[in-house]
Amino acid sequence: MPLPRLIPCLDVAGGRVVKGVRFRGLRDVGDPVALAAGYSDAGADELVFLDIEATVAGRGALCELVARVADAVAIPFTVGGGVRTAEEGAALLEAGADRVSVNSAALARPALVEELAARLGSQAVVVAVDAAGGEVFSRAGGDATGRRAEDWAREAEDRGAGEILLTSIDADGTRDGYDLDLTRRVADAVSVPVIASGGAGDTGHVAEALGVAQAALLASILHEDPARLRSLRAELRARGVRLRDAA
Amino acid sequence: MNVAVCDYCAGNVRSVAVALRRLGADVQVTRFPERVASADLAVLPGVGSAAAAMAALREDGLDEALLGRVAAGRPTLGICLGLQLALEESEEDGGVPGLGLVPGRARRLTGDRVPRLGWATVEPLGEAFYFAHSYAAETPAATATSEGVVAEVRAGSFLGVQFHPEKSGPAGARYLERCLSPA
Repeated sequence: MPLPRLIPCLDVAGGRVVKGVRFRGLRDVGDPVALAAGYSDAGADELVFLDIEATVAGRGALCELVARVADAVAIPFTVGGGVRTAEEGAALLEAGADRVSVNSAALARPALVEELAARLGSQAVVVAVDAAGGEVFSRAGGDATGRRAEDWAREAEDRGAGEILLTSIDADGTRDGYDLDLTRRVADAVSVPVIASGGAGDTGHVAEALGVAQAALLASILHEDPARLRSLRAELRARGVRLRDAA
Repeated sequence: MNVAVCDYCAGNVRSVAVALRRLGADVQVTRFPERVASADLAVLPGVGSAAAAMAALREDGLDEALLGRVAAGRPTLGICLGLQLALEESEEDGGVPGLGLVPGRARRLTGDRVPRLGWATVEPLGEAFYFAHSYAAETPAATATSEGVVAEVRAGSFLGVQFHPEKSGPAGARYLERCLSPA
């Protein structure tokens, strides 16, 4: 197995890193390229960019941002937000992204996962699953789907997903730790890698998640501060977590 | 050094070009066989499916350009799918004949988690590089491995890597630098 991965997540809108609570009161917190380069230097194994506006009008801006990131950092990154067709996914890869992530659009039309896998290869297709009480929600947690997280994850894998990005809506923002039960159920249900997301409050939480999933998404725990990623890596190593030597 | 990066299918060609330019190479991303044939170094990147990629190579005549280069002993680098296409065959897509630059075939990985995604140490290089693949080479031409998976192959002037040096941070940059300054 490859080494466990730490993946900082950057929420972007209109080409900037933004921060907000439940998508309201969005605040501009910086330039995505500078922050991406900072995380890369601090030892990030990968990056995830989520376009939280994901408007049609913003597609061009997103591709431009992806190209700027690809020019500046030499680690892999995933881009999600508003991808509805294989064409859009291919455009992001051509701009320099390594993988694309789909969520609501795949729930609405599961064949999208097959189309993306056929066009880009499974290794480039991430299906993001948001779950509360074990049930999948679409549209940023707004709509209940009536589906169990592990069932949808398995279907996504069957359709060609190469990775599952699993966010616990229950744990997200609590800082009480990742939802390990949910993560374990999904990781057991699929044979593709799983990224755990939501709830990280301290180093111990990240270490626990990496014991269950193949990667941990890091959002608010980093406070958009690469120095925090650096210290977190050192703390995880001190706990015996095997991380790559990023020098 | 003049480098031609083959532009033949959807995928992350841009990152390969950017990584080489950072090291001072004069990089052309091209689908013209004559440019691929004449460059100091030709790079065959690749993500996606073997069948579609092989068909695209043939359509543009890049297969002949690559075969001619390697026959003439000119340095040629295949990355990820670019390595797998250089083999005699891939079992992907129900079986796809490759370029035959390297003996052996690409077979589906059987591991804990497939695709094999992430950083893993390559021996004897002694550093971790980034991998993202579901198939891997089975070949007598392997010169480095990672967790039992073929990570690097050499056959004549062809060098193939299963990992992505262009996405492997400082270790990847050092690797590409060696590719740009052949002994």
